[in-house]
This record gives sequence, structure tokens and C-alpha cells, in this order.
Amino acid sequence: MKLTIQVNEGPYQHQSADSAYFFAKAALEKGHEIFRIFFYHDGVNNGTRLTTPPQDDRNIVDRWTQLAQEHDIDMVVCVAAAQRRGIVDEGEAERNGKDATNIAPGFRISGLGQLIEGGIQSDRLVVFGD
Amino acid sequence: MSDTKKFLYINRRAPYGTIYAWESLEVVLIGAAFEQDVSLAFMDDGVYQLMKGQDTTGIGMKNFSPTYSALGDYEITKIYVEKESLEERGLTLDDLQHLVWEDEDEDWAEKDSIRLVSRAELGDVMAEQDVLFNF
Amino acid sequence: MSMLHLVNKSPYENNNVSTASSIMKGDDVMLLIEDAVYAAVKDGKASAMLEGRKVSVLGPDLAARGIAEDKLASDVDVIDYAGFVDLVESNDKVQSWL
Repeated sequence: MKLTIQVNEGPYQHQSADSAYFFAKAALEKGHEIFRIFFYHDGVNNGTRLTTPPQDDRNIVDRWTQLAQEHDIDMVVCVAAAQRRGIVDEGEAERNGKDATNIAPGFRISGLGQLIEGGIQSDRLVVFGD
Repeated sequence: MSDTKKFLYINRRAPYGTIYAWESLEVVLIGAAFEQDVSLAFMDDGVYQLMKGQDTTGIGMKNFSPTYSALGDYEITKIYVEKESLEERGLTLDDLQHLVWEDEDEDWAEKDSIRLVSRAELGDVMAEQDVLFNF
Repeated sequence: MSMLHLVNKSPYENNNVSTASSIMKGDDVMLLIEDAVYAAVKDGKASAMLEGRKVSVLGPDLAARGIAEDKLASDVDVIDYAGFVDLVESNDKVQSWL
């Protein structure tokens, strides 16, 4: 099964990011393919490398980075939602005159077309949100 | 097109109190370029998105409600509005924008895009789809 | 053809469990995750909405919330994330009632 997963909420505030992560992991363990994980609305906040969660709590952003790197998963942060919420990569910083970037490794910023494409190319779209 | 899927964008939240209504519309607009078989559904508080006469000057937000009337130009001709959700909220179709599309096969005749359906009928519409988007 | 209805909010917080249970048909399955697992507690008002429907509930979310399996309505199936993946595969599509 080829899956696209959509994450609509940021880390910690809602359980969505956690549920999506454990679902993704279980899908991979069963040998399914994850076509894309698309982060929309506040979900783009899963893509900042500047979080410092407490030592005794899970590191949601790092967990995503590891998952993406271990399994070569395409993790996309929606550009429009990212601009609104301040998730920035080199390209966005240059285009919009920002003096810093904060995108976490393993994430890339791209358009909503990536979500649509995920819907077209995958067997299932699973949405996690509030 | 062998790749054509039936996409249903489901809207269940009111506008302005949260961003979901607007950001879901952004997906619809971008998605139009991908030429899938697209429908929209409005149920629960989503029906409020289509209300006429929205004036957001006092709350300092962009009034995006005119965008719904442009959906016909994006070839979106199937907009399902759930009857029970309207009734529960004391609304009728008259409270909503009159959304139309122009049928080029009938000399650009204007046709209604909104289809009033019961919850059960909406369930049937959902069952016919390939991909369900929720925000 | 069947749909997986994914519900994640408590039935005492909003109507999603009710809406999903009223729209689901035939072979559709409802999966309760996150705070929606409270709907499966047998003596709660919400459990009545689940009757006659195929309902699964995510075990890790039950355990997190201190809900023992003997408190659940009888027909509810407790599954894990692997079971969640299986449900996504065995149903044609997923409707997330957010």
C-alpha cells in the first residue's frame, strides 16, 4: 500500500503529530510505502529545528528527522502555511528577506500541489489533525 | 485520463474562528490545476462558510468569501450542502451565496453548483469518492 | 466498498463520534484514537452511539488514559498501530472526522 499522510497540527499542542508518527512507523514496519508526509496548517511547526523539549520527553522534530532519514521519506512542509507561521529554509529566507532559517533536516518546503499529487499517486490518504 | 480520481474536500468548520476554512479553500484552488473529478461538501459548522454578507472589517481579517463564487471558473460544479446542518443552525439556502457555474456545452448557461443533500445522501456521495480531504 | 471513519476527539467535547456513527453504513468501520477512546467506555452515554457498528479502539490510547479493557463496551475491538495500518489497508478510504 502506498500512503500519503497529512499532519494538520503542531508538535506537543495536539496528539496528531504523535499519532501520525506511530502510524507511519507501523506502516513502514509492515513493509508499506510512504509516498509523502505533508504538513499543513500548524503542522508546519513540526519542521522547525529550534525546539528544545524537556530531556525526559520525546523529541518530536528529531523523531521525524530520523524517520525520514532512515526510510528515505519525503516530508513536505506547505510553503503558504510555512510563510504564515515562520518556517523558513534558505530559498524562502532569500525570497522573503528573512535573516535566518529554521527548517529541520529531512523536511523540505514546497507547494500544496505536493499534497494533491500525494492524493493522486497514493492508495490511501490518512489525515491527522484536531 | 487514467489517473483521474474523485476528490471530495470536506468542510466542517466555521470561517474566521480558525484558519481551516481558508486554508482548505487554498488546497481546492491549487488542486483545480490537477484536473481531478472534484466535489466540495459543507456540513456541520462548514455551512457557515457559505453565508452571504460577510464583512470582516471589524475583525481585521481578509474576507475570503468572494472566493466561493469563483469556484465555477475553476470547474468546480458539485458543491454539496448538508440539509440537517443548515436546519440545525436555523439557516436556509437563502442565507447562503448563490453559487453557479457556466456550462460551455450549453452555450455558457448558468447552473447551480450547490446541491442540497441529506446526511444519508452525503454519506452516499462520500462512499463514491477515491480521496477524502479533511482540514 | 467500505470506509474507515477515524475519530480522535472525545464525544463529550464535540459531536464527531455522533456524526460519524450516524453517517457510517454497511461494512464501514470506526476507529477511535486519541481522546475519542472515551466513547468506548461501556457505561458512558456515548457508547450507545456505537451499538450495531463495527468499532475498533486504539489500545495504546486506552492505556495512556487509564481505561482498562474490562470497562469497554462489549463489541469494541482493541487494536494496536499495526492493526490501525491493517484497517487503512482493508478499507477503501479513510474519513478523518477532525
